[in-house]
Amino acid sequence: MIRVTLPPHLRKLAQIDGEVKLDVAGPVSQRTVLDALEARYPMLRGTIRDHVTQRRRAFVRFFACGEDLSHETPDAPLPDAVAKGTEPFMIIGAIAGG
Amino acid sequence: MSGVRVLVGTRKGAFILTSDAKRERWDISEPHFAGWEMYHLKGSAVDPNRLYASQSSSWFGQIIQRSDDGGKTWHQPGTPPGEPTTAPDGSPKGESNKFAYDTSPETGKPLTTHQWYDGTPHPWEFKRVWHLEPSLTDVDTIYAGVEDAALFRSTNGGQNWQELSGLRGHGTGSAWAPGAGGMCLHSIILDPKNPNRIYTAISSAGAFRTDDAGKTWQPINRGLHSLYIPNPTAEVGHCVHRIAMHPSRPGVLFMQKHWDVMRSDDGGESWHEISGNLPTDFGFVIDVHAHEPNTIYVVPIKSDSEHFPPDGKLRVYRSRSGGNEWEALTKGLPQSDCYVNVLRDAMAVDSLDKCGVYFGTTGGQVYASADAGDNWSPIVRDLPAVVSVEVQTLP
Repeated sequence: MIRVTLPPHLRKLAQIDGEVKLDVAGPVSQRTVLDALEARYPMLRGTIRDHVTQRRRAFVRFFACGEDLSHETPDAPLPDAVAKGTEPFMIIGAIAGG
Repeated sequence: MSGVRVLVGTRKGAFILTSDAKRERWDISEPHFAGWEMYHLKGSAVDPNRLYASQSSSWFGQIIQRSDDGGKTWHQPGTPPGEPTTAPDGSPKGESNKFAYDTSPETGKPLTTHQWYDGTPHPWEFKRVWHLEPSLTDVDTIYAGVEDAALFRSTNGGQNWQELSGLRGHGTGSAWAPGAGGMCLHSIILDPKNPNRIYTAISSAGAFRTDDAGKTWQPINRGLHSLYIPNPTAEVGHCVHRIAMHPSRPGVLFMQKHWDVMRSDDGGESWHEISGNLPTDFGFVIDVHAHEPNTIYVVPIKSDSEHFPPDGKLRVYRSRSGGNEWEALTKGLPQSDCYVNVLRDAMAVDSLDKCGVYFGTTGGQVYASADAGDNWSPIVRDLPAVVSVEVQTLP
């Protein structure tokens, strides 16, 4: 079970409270996690990745296990702790401070 | 009893203001879509309970919202609340937020770049929906004007969108350039007497018209004179801020250009200036009285670098002669120390008798006049910066 945390705007859009828990078949990567997330919550399509290019939106970042994974390739394996569900895959709006 | 519903888009959410036909006491809604930029909301002329809204953010992109109950509840088309969000085969129901430019070999292939600020070619990049224009005859058909400039249409209530690529592809698209606010298609006018005719306007490209329901387009900028571009009378490149039309006289158009207030009496084939005695002819909004096709309204703004009213006095100007002779309307509006702007989609009229006129400011005020502009009062004073104002006259 993969744990995903979303920023407040996207939780509200998807009508989600707290973390999302997803089953991901096969390798656990940014792409497979986001595919599973968007399949369950299609209202999030286009809000994290561009609809057409499937690239991460410029002001969205990905973190896990204290590491910035924003610039990893979409098919790179995510850390074991994320694949095992002990750590969440965090989707964060950039420039979060004021 | 009839009434009025005012739909207000702001930088940080949408608000719905309602009143009975007297338009004296107003109910102000809680913010809808709090924290998001709401560029535009508009109701269907076919079913006033059908509303569409453009919700966007620099972080999370474009969302289209729809209400079928006059704004009480909203949903993204294709994913109604309480229902499965995927079809039985697992595919998502609709992609209401997807605005993909036409890149098909047949119709989209040549549409690769427009002009950037420095004159170099720049690829089209979708940013947001500026304006939503519901069909006059079909509740599920709606047009969207977007940045970077293009026109999209949905025929299933906003579930899916297709570009009318003949606009970008008619020949001048590669010469279009963004204005200070971006390269946005901000005005869409549907001709009520000719369903094949649509007018659009783009900053900074100009005005365009189709006479075959969006397949082919032509620039309609003859007579415009813009000193800030290399060729002041070029076919395209004019920073049109807004165009307006009275439904009883669809061949007559009014335009607030970057500078100059203009009028066309031949469906945009030619334009002539009607700035007359305005204190400045820079501005963003222009609109037409609901019952008097020759009565028009503008809000003069000091200049292109000083986006506030001249002399700190917020004045609506009204012409009852279709232009050139203007009178200042000031009763109830601040006449000192006022330095707000009124953005291009932030004025609207109702169709009650007398005609109501409404506008919103970047200072968060929404002003209303229930007597065609003679007297004004704020409906609400302290919203986030107002981007758009639309009005529905309810039965």
